[in-house]
Amino acid sequence: MPSFLDALKSQVGRKILTGITGIGLIIFIIFHLIGNLTLFGDAQAFNEYTYALESLGWILYVLEAGLAIAFLLHAYIGISIWWNRRQARPEGYVKYQSKGGPSKQTWASKTMIFTGIVLLVFLVIHIDTFKFGATDTIMLNGHEARDLKDLVIATFQQPLYAFGYTAVMILLGLHLGHGFWSAFTSLTMKHKEYSSVIYTVGVIFAILMAVGFLFIPLYIYFAGPDAALISY
Amino acid sequence: MSKEMTIHLKIWRQDGPDQPGELVDYTLDNVNEHMSFLEMLDVLNEQIVAKGEEEPVEFDYDCREGICGSCNLVINGQAHGPKAMTCSCQLHMRNYEDGDTIVVEPFRAKAFPVIKDLVVDRSAFDRIIEAGGYVSVKTGSAPEANSIPVEKSTADTAFDYATCIGCGACVAACPNGSASLFTGAKLAHLNRLPQGKPEKDERTVAMVEQMEEEGFGDCSNYAECEAVCPKGISISAIAEMRRNYMSAAFAGEEA
Ligand code: HEM
Ligand code: SF4
Ligand code: FES
Repeated sequence: MPSFLDALKSQVGRKILTGITGIGLIIFIIFHLIGNLTLFGDAQAFNEYTYALESLGWILYVLEAGLAIAFLLHAYIGISIWWNRRQARPEGYVKYQSKGGPSKQTWASKTMIFTGIVLLVFLVIHIDTFKFGATDTIMLNGHEARDLKDLVIATFQQPLYAFGYTAVMILLGLHLGHGFWSAFTSLTMKHKEYSSVIYTVGVIFAILMAVGFLFIPLYIYFAGPDAALISY
Repeated sequence: MSKEMTIHLKIWRQDGPDQPGELVDYTLDNVNEHMSFLEMLDVLNEQIVAKGEEEPVEFDYDCREGICGSCNLVINGQAHGPKAMTCSCQLHMRNYEDGDTIVVEPFRAKAFPVIKDLVVDRSAFDRIIEAGGYVSVKTGSAPEANSIPVEKSTADTAFDYATCIGCGACVAACPNGSASLFTGAKLAHLNRLPQGKPEKDERTVAMVEQMEEEGFGDCSNYAECEAVCPKGISISAIAEMRRNYMSAAFAGEEA
């Protein structure tokens, strides 16, 4: 019998890990979107929320470390699966086409490695822009806080950011369009009827996430710096 | 009256395992719509032999009735051709139109090296079976049916998975070249029956490890395997394999 660690390194184990990290990342982006939507709340709601997050102290560090591990593991396994496929079929077909029917070969599933790598590169830029971006310090209910809202609004006045983010969020939707169902399947979901429901739920979820995230930069860009919905 | 057609073929010709190969064009007139795909290739070979300029096209077959799993062809980019739940030998020329061009290639996977033309070596599957695709009990002559009760639903499901004929189409069609559907089908068949249960953990681990050792790729849940499987084996087999493998690893850790 393999040790549990060896089992996780096997083909089966790698899929279990892709699925677990994938679901972990899904849970993260759900909370991330809900948090972002506070931009449309009270004038200081977003800054209150980011202040609260940053005040979590060591809990935030643990969450961030977990997230970083999930991202890196997920990306590492994804890239190694893509690498292995070239080893497993050194000579390809002159002509290849899907047979349709139960096949889940779609635009989304065939581009997982591409959308994934774009997300990884995006992540680095994204963290650099916002987490490590320069912000003004404001007074918020008697304590000092970063004016991240101002940074967000200023950033998305730039077309490159507004439309770049929009494009990446469409790719996120594509990644989730296959990924949501795939993660459940990796985590051994079996029943056929149940499986097609999960697939549909996954596609709807992917659209909701993409639209939810891309609405923010687009709205801010078109509404301008003094946007009514999000003005102070 | 049955329809007669002209069919253009582009067939992969390769002299030996390490030789380079290429697609070669052939045109066949008077292809009868009731011919099977393999019979059409037979006719082609008769012409090639009559001409005497080159060797006939080598392709694999045995039963020609969809049960042996040896007729491994990729036809116009689809393992076993365009029809669902149909082997190459059961595919008929009535599925084509006069003047069609059909590309015929061998199954492609590192673990299935080409021997000649369209014939590949699928002994990697035999080694996966040798690793655990059996039950170590004396079977003797057929036992009395009720001596080991098997629930009807269990027997039916086991039978569904047992219909896998080991053709390898799942590997051929998988973008990753994964053998998960084949291995999963064998495991799902044996692991659920009372005769197979005692060796469930050892079998699952051994077959999964052998599959990886043979150089088959990972499963990315494309489900293309289910689409090309001539027996319609469900990817639920793969889910079951994952479950059984992880629980075997858990159990091993405690022991
Ligand atoms: C917000 C970020 C991300 C989310 C929510 C996400 C989500 C998912 C989910 C749910 C799956 C399905 C898991 C499975 O098949 O078991 C998946 C698969 C995959 N992800 Fe991501 N992912 C993200 C970022 C990334 C990144 C940064 C990469 C970097 C390369 C990546 C590459 C892949 C690949 C290649 C697969 C397919 C795995 C396979 O072939 O089986 N993903 N992703
Ligand atoms: S699972 Fe289906 S496609 Fe794969 S070897 Fe068995 S019968 Fe052929
Ligand atoms: S020749 Fe036996 S299955 Fe096709």
